[in-house]
Amino acid sequence: MTADTAIAAHGGQTLRRSTRYRTLRRFTRHRLAMFGLVVILLLVLACAVGPSLVPFDQFQLNMRARFREPFAGAHLLGTDELGRDMLARLLMAGRISLTIGFCAMVIAVTVGTVVGTVAGFYGGAIGTVLMRFVDAVLCFPTIFLLLTLAALVSPGIVTITLIIALTAWMEVARVVQGQIRALRERDFAVAAEAMGAPDRWIMFKELLPNAVAPIVVAATLIIARAILLESYVSYLGYGIQPPVASWGNMLEKAQQYLTTAPWLALLPGLMITLAVSSFNFLGDGLRDALDPRSELS
Amino acid sequence: MTASPPPVLEVDGLVKHFPIGSGLFGRSRDKVRAVDGVSFSVAKGEVLGLVGESGSGKTTVGRTVLRLDTPTDGAIRFLGNDITHLTRSQLRPFRRQMQLVFQDPFSSLNPRMRVDRIVGAPLAIHEPGMAAAERTQRVEDALAMVGLPRNSGERFPHEFSGGQRQRIGIARALMLRPELLVADEPVSALDVSIQAQVVKLLLDVRAKLGLTILFIAHDLAVVGHVSDRVAVMYLGKLVEIADTRTLFRDPRHPYTEALFSAAPVPDPTIRRQRIVLTGDIPSPINPPSGCAFRTRCRYALPACAAEVPPLREVAKGHLKACLRDDLELVPWQDAPRDPARPPAVATPAP
Ligand SMILES: Nc1ncnc2c1ncn2[C@@H]1O[C@H](COP(=O)(O)OP(=O)(O)O)[C@@H](O)[C@H]1O
Ligand code: SF4
Ligand SMILES: [Mg+2]
Repeated sequence: MTADTAIAAHGGQTLRRSTRYRTLRRFTRHRLAMFGLVVILLLVLACAVGPSLVPFDQFQLNMRARFREPFAGAHLLGTDELGRDMLARLLMAGRISLTIGFCAMVIAVTVGTVVGTVAGFYGGAIGTVLMRFVDAVLCFPTIFLLLTLAALVSPGIVTITLIIALTAWMEVARVVQGQIRALRERDFAVAAEAMGAPDRWIMFKELLPNAVAPIVVAATLIIARAILLESYVSYLGYGIQPPVASWGNMLEKAQQYLTTAPWLALLPGLMITLAVSSFNFLGDGLRDALDPRSELS
Repeated sequence: MTASPPPVLEVDGLVKHFPIGSGLFGRSRDKVRAVDGVSFSVAKGEVLGLVGESGSGKTTVGRTVLRLDTPTDGAIRFLGNDITHLTRSQLRPFRRQMQLVFQDPFSSLNPRMRVDRIVGAPLAIHEPGMAAAERTQRVEDALAMVGLPRNSGERFPHEFSGGQRQRIGIARALMLRPELLVADEPVSALDVSIQAQVVKLLLDVRAKLGLTILFIAHDLAVVGHVSDRVAVMYLGKLVEIADTRTLFRDPRHPYTEALFSAAPVPDPTIRRQRIVLTGDIPSPINPPSGCAFRTRCRYALPACAAEVPPLREVAKGHLKACLRDDLELVPWQDAPRDPARPPAVATPAP
């Protein structure tokens, strides 16, 4: 017994460290994921503190300084058709996009996790009905759903966030349902049942903590999609309304000046691409790092 | 004289079939006859061993008697209460009195839970009003009882060896002082050197707490060491049941003899005739007609295919399900020979 204890205590420590270490190393070796992480951190930092460092206000018009080119003069990234500072507008738009993306993700993950857990745990009739509903909603092209809803309700940050969350929770529900169903068969879940644990206990204390990794991955990918959707809807004029800036509505306004002032379109386009692909890269990296199967390869 | 207390567990004609695949209109046609009419009882304080090859239905018996599965047919009485058809919520009060120790020490503990929470979970569920300090104390006592270091509670399951994890599982199972413990091959996943320690622990706590145990295993040496009585299972049915000494000295069913013979010999200088169990256990989806063991039985007669031999009493408390009473079967390797019976000479089947 004592020898067994000593060996295991020692071996266990090493094992834990090395598993965590290997997961971390798989992640840090993922170049794109690291790139994504750095870009996201920079974007968040810039959007948080940037606007107070830029000497111009996003709404400040200046008819004598319209269409100023970037990197030439007082306005670092130039000005738009009303002489507003592009850098200030891009950063404020970034605040909105990132906030919408993050909030939509939190709502979608919460709803999706609860629905997926309940469906996966009960299986049978409840599970089937829930998942059939999810499948039906998933079949419907997200963008049409989004536009239909956006046309019906008055656009704004809160409504756009809710609408995006509404179209994103199903995928989380799918992922979580599959995980919970598999985990339910494991002995530790049977042990909880044998103890007489209430369903809530088994679902949320025993099973769900073991499904965190795929939820984190899904969450990251949802932020990417939410930012893209918000831009798209705003671009089509159903999203964030001017004069409040959003990358999407900046892009829309810039269309008319594509030949004369291309930076008006390029800059918000670049921000969207950068933000969306960074979150996607991060999600891919997390998926690879957290997937125990990649341990084998 | 007062009436003797009811057995802790009484199982009557237990049947558990698992539907497989699904036929037309979602109705399945085939089924796995995992347990096909099993009856036994376990008295208070008794250890009943349940042996048989892998796939014979032992785990299914263990899980069904604890009502972790719903039986297809038959009756289960626990401390005199019929629990066969109780719902999950009706079962809850019984749960604290019957517990399970698992075969796989790695899958049976939640990898995301600290050991103190794992072992304390039964208290948190059944005694939610208990003061935190008392709960901590009870967890520490339970860990000490199974021989784990005091600080084990702060760690996670993966920091322990298989043997230690099995001790954690035992501590959890005993937390509420259950009446009945189903131990499903509790040592077969462990190193041989660790097995003896865990068996000893189970015997110690049994003596200390007066536990009743259904001890499932395929290792006959372990079962013989632990059990008061032994039931032998083959393809969903009991083929022989007797008290341990009787069964090991005087087996009456050819399958029991074959299991004895297949067991590894502890002393390699002992040479003995091996009765080879040829082939695999048949599929429980399509079991052979008549005696299910006849495809591998070296004493099989044409009559064995005709009807299922009933489990009948051949001596007091000794039951077997075999047609033939004319067999002289080889006892357990080191069981002392009964002077009344000459050394067995097996007569091969015609
Ligand atoms: N949930 C299930 N669904 C279908 N078949 C099952 C299930 N559980 C067990 N079985 C089958 O029932 C038979 C008995 O299994 P089990 O009780 O695990 O036997 P043992 O514990 O003796 O090895 C096996 O053939 C097994 O494949
Ligand atoms: S009934 Fe026949 S086949 Fe079955 S165990 Fe007895 S002798 Fe063998
Ligand atoms: Mg088994």
